[in-house]
Amino acid sequence: MRREIPLIITTIAGLVFAISYFIPHMPFGEAETIFGDWVTIVQAFAIWLGVLNLLRVTGEKIHRKRPGWTYAAIVIVTMVGTIAIGIYEGFAGMNATPPSSYRDAGTTFDWIFQYLYDPLSSTMFAMLAFYISSAAYRAFRARNLEATMLLIAAFFMMGGRVPLLDQLISPFTDTLVFSKLSSWIMNFPVAGGQRAIAIGIALGIMSSSLRVILGIERSHIGGGE
Amino acid sequence: MPLYRRHLPCRFFTGLVVFFHFFLFLLLAGQAISQTAETPVSSAIDSLKLTDHTPLPPGSISAEDVPDDAGGAIDIIWEVSPDDVPNGKVRSYHIFRSVSLNGMPSEFTKIGEINAGSTTFRDGRAAEDVDNFYKVAAVNFENSNGTLLWEAMSSPALVGPVHATSQWFNTRRVNAFVGVVLLSAIIIFLINQAKSGKNLYIRKIAGLEAVDEAVGRATEMGKKILFIPGIQDMNDVQTIAGIAILGHVAELAAEYEAKLEVPVSKSLVMVTARETMKEAYARAGRSDAFHESQVVFITEDQFGYAAAVEGQIVREKPATIFYQGAFFAESLLLAEVGNAEGAIQIAGTGEPSQLPFFVAACDYTLIGEELFAASAYMSHEPRQLGSLKGQDVGKAVFLVAIVVGIVCATFGWIDLSHFFRVN
Repeated sequence: MRREIPLIITTIAGLVFAISYFIPHMPFGEAETIFGDWVTIVQAFAIWLGVLNLLRVTGEKIHRKRPGWTYAAIVIVTMVGTIAIGIYEGFAGMNATPPSSYRDAGTTFDWIFQYLYDPLSSTMFAMLAFYISSAAYRAFRARNLEATMLLIAAFFMMGGRVPLLDQLISPFTDTLVFSKLSSWIMNFPVAGGQRAIAIGIALGIMSSSLRVILGIERSHIGGGE
Repeated sequence: MPLYRRHLPCRFFTGLVVFFHFFLFLLLAGQAISQTAETPVSSAIDSLKLTDHTPLPPGSISAEDVPDDAGGAIDIIWEVSPDDVPNGKVRSYHIFRSVSLNGMPSEFTKIGEINAGSTTFRDGRAAEDVDNFYKVAAVNFENSNGTLLWEAMSSPALVGPVHATSQWFNTRRVNAFVGVVLLSAIIIFLINQAKSGKNLYIRKIAGLEAVDEAVGRATEMGKKILFIPGIQDMNDVQTIAGIAILGHVAELAAEYEAKLEVPVSKSLVMVTARETMKEAYARAGRSDAFHESQVVFITEDQFGYAAAVEGQIVREKPATIFYQGAFFAESLLLAEVGNAEGAIQIAGTGEPSQLPFFVAACDYTLIGEELFAASAYMSHEPRQLGSLKGQDVGKAVFLVAIVVGIVCATFGWIDLSHFFRVN
């Protein structure tokens, strides 16, 4: 039964979802909303599994003084500190007149978000610019025919996305050659390629879903017969 | 003294009084007119003004149940008022609804308003199984600094009764239904063919052929394998596909006695990945080698997760890294760090926008459909391979349809795109 019950639930849920796309009448029409709510509730409870796991793993690392245990200590201190401040300010706000939220501007929780979390996230995202440069340098080296074609396409794309090249050739022609060429590359070869990938993905999702619904694919419940 | 001389002062004063009264009248009338422009509807002069500004009602009003829906919606359609012209008397239309149980409308309540020039309004909160009556009125008004100075409404036209009903089939999705049934039938047919022992040719996928080599390399080097199942939860089919691949990788790692670690960003993925790995280690006869701490929850935050995994890659320098699942901006952050550390990297995602990054930074990339084919491909199980073959046949069907569509569109015979448009 350990295998059968999850399989039955998966099959029923999968079929109801598929049917609800074509049948708007109750109860099928509401299935997506109802199941979506259930997923949200399960996820909200499940997050504690993750948090407790993180505490256990990092706690063990500190206890055994494994390499990098200081990072684990920072994780625990910041996580517990943020949760504690949020809970304290949440309760204090509930009893205040007028009631306020721990997320209101001026709270310590908001300060942590504004001056610690936000800059750290922005820094990570900003690093993408450097990684794109290094990846582009490797990808655009003209080692073979495909890489050379990529390099040429990239040259025209970048030329079309900044006004400099069109400005340089403006004494010779009024046409925005690079802009038009980059638009053509995006609208035809790129769009065509992306649609081909999208069709393949859609078929792959359908095939995977059928395998799951029919119980052929069981890896997500641990595999086995 | 002549008579006229005697009456002269009298006439003068009489004229003066008449002139004074006439002047006073003009002054008061002028003040009255200037005041009516600033005060609302109540005065007599206002009434005259509103009569002048009241628009004509909209024409030909009809109401109909919205087709192919779950009920509770009615479309009200009308023709614009003759006064609904640029700088005309119509500023908006007000829509009123009345619900009746005895066939006659009761009190009307306003359910919405829409700008001039509009000819339809959808009532998305209509009650089912009752008579719904509607009125639409053209409205003219004037505002000053957000305050309504006056409002003039046309006589509304009545329509009804109308019933909001739900349908048992969405007829606008017939084409999708036919496509799903047809492709499902092909896949199920080929699954049965494979089950009956028919040999099906499946093309080789380089990225999956390299999995053995990648796990073997980690074993030889005595370093870790990292498996990153994306940042989406278990309700995303890409994550399910990623977890399916994890099962095969974990079995190989158990056989080769390589150390496998799975940092995750969702609690449910953590639980599922643990269960999958436990089973995989058991299949390889190495249940004792599996520890729950091999699957670690990091954080649900996208960049927090990326930072933690990047740090792990830099500190521990894994020999092999798998990226299988749904990835977004963190794809290149992770893959470039892995590349810089010299790990062999095999990526797979169904996010087309992230594929170029993985192609640039990884040794092998499973492009879109290959991610979903991976589990079936690696299992070598006939039923799963049958579904793969069905996927290929589906692609062939689409390819033929695209070629026929191009030919038809080029020669202007028929626009086939209508058949593939889904609402």
